[in-house]
Amino acid sequence: MVQDLIIYVIYIAFALALLMGFGTVLTWVERKQAALMSDRIGANRAYLRIPFTDIKLVWLGLFHGLADGLKMMVKEDWRPRTYDWYAYMVAPWVAFTPVLLVFAVIPFGGTLVPAQIFPALEPWYGERSYPMQIAQLDAGLLIVFAFGSLAVIGAMLAGWSSANKFSLLGALRAGSQMISYELMLGVSVLGLILIYGTVDLDQIVRQQSGVLLSVLPAWGVFLQPFAAILFLTAAIAENKRIPFDLPEAESELIAGYFTEYSGMKMGLFMFAEFIQIAIIAALFTTLFLGGYNLPFMHDGGFSFPGGYELALPHALVVVLQVLTFLVKMLIVCSFQILVRWSLPRFRYDQVLRFAWKFMFPLALANLVVTAIALWLLQGAA
Amino acid sequence: MNAPRPRYRDRPHLRRRYWNQPQMGWWERAYLFEVIRGLAITGGVFARNLAKWLRGRKGAITTAYPEEPRADYARGNRGKHVLTQRPDGSPQCIACNMCATVCPARVIEIEAGFDPADAAHPKYPARFEIDYSRCIFCGLCVEACPEDAIRMVPEVPDFPGYDRQRMWIGREELLTWRPLRDVAKPYPAKTLPPRGTP
Repeated sequence: MVQDLIIYVIYIAFALALLMGFGTVLTWVERKQAALMSDRIGANRAYLRIPFTDIKLVWLGLFHGLADGLKMMVKEDWRPRTYDWYAYMVAPWVAFTPVLLVFAVIPFGGTLVPAQIFPALEPWYGERSYPMQIAQLDAGLLIVFAFGSLAVIGAMLAGWSSANKFSLLGALRAGSQMISYELMLGVSVLGLILIYGTVDLDQIVRQQSGVLLSVLPAWGVFLQPFAAILFLTAAIAENKRIPFDLPEAESELIAGYFTEYSGMKMGLFMFAEFIQIAIIAALFTTLFLGGYNLPFMHDGGFSFPGGYELALPHALVVVLQVLTFLVKMLIVCSFQILVRWSLPRFRYDQVLRFAWKFMFPLALANLVVTAIALWLLQGAA
Repeated sequence: MNAPRPRYRDRPHLRRRYWNQPQMGWWERAYLFEVIRGLAITGGVFARNLAKWLRGRKGAITTAYPEEPRADYARGNRGKHVLTQRPDGSPQCIACNMCATVCPARVIEIEAGFDPADAAHPKYPARFEIDYSRCIFCGLCVEACPEDAIRMVPEVPDFPGYDRQRMWIGREELLTWRPLRDVAKPYPAKTLPPRGTP
C-alpha cells in the first residue's frame, strides 16, 4: 500500500514538473523559434547574476520566462468593478486546472518494475509492476475529452464576469469555436478507436508497437493519416492559437475574453495555453506517434520487422521510453509553434465554416471509409 | 504572334494572374497543399538558421546592437573621436589646442603636461576630454589637427544616459582605438636628409 503510494506520488510529481517545465520552456522555444524563422536573434537579454559576483548567466535568453513570471507576480492586480466578482476570481483557475488534469490518463512510459531497477527494493516491492500512468482508467480517451471540454467554461466565465463588451464578444467566440472543434476532435479519433477497439490510452500505445505492412511501425499516423491531420488541426483550434485565435484577436478585440485580467491571473490564462500545447503534443504522440515507444519497441526490447529480436534490460527500457516520450512531445510542440508563426488568421465566419462544412464531413467520411475497410478486412479474415 | 500561354490545368499550383482579378484554382482552394508549402518555407528557414547557429555562425540578419558593431555605417561616418597613438601607446597629440580652438561647439578641453624624458615631444595632453552632449560631429577638429592625432571613426558613441555630466569621454577611452597597421606617423621621426642633397 505504502509502496503504491510512493510510486504514484513520484508519478504525480513527475507529471507536474513535466507540465510546468514544458509551460516555461515553451515560452522560450516559441520566442527563439519565431526568431529563427524570421532571421532574427530572439530574446537574449534576461540573465541571472550569481550573487556577489559579476557572472551573468544568459543561457540564450532561457530566463526570460522567469522574468515574465516575476513581472506578472509583482504587477498591480487591477480589477474592474465587475458584475460578478466571484466568477471573475474563479475563471482563471477553471481554465487552468482541467488542462493539468488531462495528463492524468496519458501514459508517459511502459511498465515500471521497481525491484528490477533497484535490487535493494526486492524484499519490499517484490514483483509489483506499475504502468507509468497516473490513473489507469479504461475510459482514458473519454476522460481526456471530458476534461478538455471543461476549459470552455473558464473562458466563458472570464468573458462574462468582466462586464466588458470586448471580453463578452471574445468569450462568445471562444465558446462557439471551442465547442465546435471539441466535436471535430472527438469525431476525428473515432476511426482510430474503431481500429484499436479500445479507449484505454495505454492499450492504444501498446498496440502501436507492432508492424504494419511488414515495414512500417504500426503507428496511428500510418493507419489513419487523414485523422492525424484533422486531429492536430482541431486541437490547435481548440487551443485558440493562430490561425484560429479569433477569441483573442488583438486587432479586433483587444485581448478577447481576458482583456480585464492583469498580473498573474492573465498569466494563468497564458500558462494554460502553453501547457495545453504540451498536452496536445502528448495526446498526439500517444494516439498517432506510437506513444512512449520507439518504432518496433515494446516493454521487453525491440522486435524488428525481419523477425529480429533485441532484448534490453528493464532499467534501460524505462529510461528510453520516458526520454522518447519527451522528445516526441517536444517535436510536436515545435511543429505547433511552426504552424502558429506561419499561417495567417482566419476570418471568424471562416473558422466556423471550416469546422462544420469542411472538417466535419471529412472526419465523417474518414470514419465511414475506416469502418468499411475494417469490415472488409475482418470479413476476409 | 502571342507567346504560348502556360497551361494552368496541368500545373494547378501556379496562380493564375489577371491584371486585377486574382483567382484561386482548386489547388489553392483546397488550402491544405498551400499550407504545407508555406510550412515548408518557414520550416526550411528555421532549419537553415538553426544549422548556422549550431555550426557557430550567425543565423540572423539582425545585429545584437550594443555588443556587435553595426555594419551599416558609411566608412566616412563621423561617429566618435579617437586619439591615435605612437607605437609605445602614448598619444600622438602634442596638446597644441588647435582642435579646441576651432571647435564651434567648444566641447574639447585639453590640459597639457610636460614630459622632460621625451625630448621630441615634451608636451602631451594630461587631460583630453570631449563633451558629447554638445558635440555637433562636424569634424573640424580632425581637419585642424596638425599631427593627425584626433580622428573620427564610423561607430557612434554609446551613451544613452540620464545625466549630461556622464556624457563626457576622457583620455583613457579616447585611447582605446588601437589598430595594428595604422600608425599615423613613423616613430621615431624619419631623419630628413640634409638640405641640398639630391
